[in-house]
Amino acid sequence: MNVAAQIDTVVGPGAAGGTLRVQLRQTGSVPLDVDFSCDKGDVVALLGPSGSGKTTTLKAIAGLLAPTEGVIELGDQVWFNAQRGVCWRPEARRVGFVFQDYALFPHLNVLQNVTLAMGHVPRALRIERGLAILERIGLGDLRARKPHALSGGERQRLGIARALARDPQVLLLDEPFSAIDRPAREKLKIEVRALAQTAGVPVVLVTHDIDEAIAMAARLVIIDQGRTIATGTPAAIIKNPGTQRVADIIGIDFPAV
Amino acid sequence: MDWTAFHLSIKLACLTALVLLPLALLIGRVLAYGQFRGKSLIEALVILPLVLPPTVLGFYFLTVLSPASAVGRALADVGGGPLVFSFAGLLIASVIANIPFAVQPIARAFEAIPHSIRDAGYVSGLSRWDTFRKIEMPLAWPGIVTALALVFSHTLGEFGLVLMMGGNIPGETRTLSIAIYDSVQSFKYSDAAMMSGVLVVLAVMSVTVVLVMSRRYGGERGRP
Repeated sequence: MNVAAQIDTVVGPGAAGGTLRVQLRQTGSVPLDVDFSCDKGDVVALLGPSGSGKTTTLKAIAGLLAPTEGVIELGDQVWFNAQRGVCWRPEARRVGFVFQDYALFPHLNVLQNVTLAMGHVPRALRIERGLAILERIGLGDLRARKPHALSGGERQRLGIARALARDPQVLLLDEPFSAIDRPAREKLKIEVRALAQTAGVPVVLVTHDIDEAIAMAARLVIIDQGRTIATGTPAAIIKNPGTQRVADIIGIDFPAV
Repeated sequence: MDWTAFHLSIKLACLTALVLLPLALLIGRVLAYGQFRGKSLIEALVILPLVLPPTVLGFYFLTVLSPASAVGRALADVGGGPLVFSFAGLLIASVIANIPFAVQPIARAFEAIPHSIRDAGYVSGLSRWDTFRKIEMPLAWPGIVTALALVFSHTLGEFGLVLMMGGNIPGETRTLSIAIYDSVQSFKYSDAAMMSGVLVVLAVMSVTVVLVMSRRYGGERGRP
């Protein structure tokens, strides 16, 4: 089933955002030095070993934490500017966040998980629109189930459905495939990539898997110990990793000069 | 069977639980999520009533709330009468003595909610208050019910504290456990047996509530 081909009608008006620009700096226990941007409809993959600050970056974009220095902008909206003391609360940023452990609401059923993220939609329309999203993402028949009664793949879809229900201006995916077995993972990867293109919003994917990054993203941002050590298209970085460390992270031999 | 004492005990237990609920939600949540200087001290103070002998607590309440002290006088002026040897004073003492029974299960319940689920609430567009109301509260519900049941049954059984600062005034401070002691003192063993039986039944009921809640929410509905 092609989820992505039909998803554009669901995302609709949320797409009126713009390019995401992220520039973060932080010293101390969690050092950070990250700088990248992502256009509408593009997928940027943050790639690096675990503990390198990828998830911290994602949470900063969502407003779940505030770094000491930096700027986060979406189109002409300034979500975060440390110098000017601007920091929008997470609920004010239109962000769709897919958590690594999905973080579904365990006491709510599938439909309620989705409609709870629709505070911006008139109450009378929430159920109808929620059902439409579930239908399109392949969970229509499971609307009354609780998350604990779903398979790993179904939970992941619900995580995505809830993120889309917010009509996000940015989609943030934190290791979204790590808890799913391989066959389902390949299928979901294709769907999510197509979905990102049709959604027309910047998509930031966090992963430690180079294959996943190449399959999903137009551009890679390679992060190590909180610092951006390379950015570019997958092809360009593979062709010229620049440093031994970058080559190690993407798992290729560093060409001897 | 002293029905006046029975009614008084039930009234005291219910009111104690009712007054403690918002207080325990606040303190429990702050202890579960807050990171601040002096947190360990607050935690120690919360547990303190659990380890102090009730007679010691009662002695201090008696001293502080009595019209002989400045605090006691001020409270008496506001409340329209001295707090010692009164139901209102008993309620205040009971609330403070039960803080650990109310706060601990609620703090544990909030702690058990994965951090990412609260984050998911925020990024789904919910304010802090809505996240508390629609996500944290329902998930912490078993802990909240456990706290209420513990406070209820513990208040029913409290003896030393009541005796020290409430005395034995029928309809005002004479609770069921005081009445039992009184009956035994005057060799009315059948009355004591009857009232003890009532307390056992109430205790079994509240323990059952606690167990059912923990099973229902811990097992079948599960956490992610």
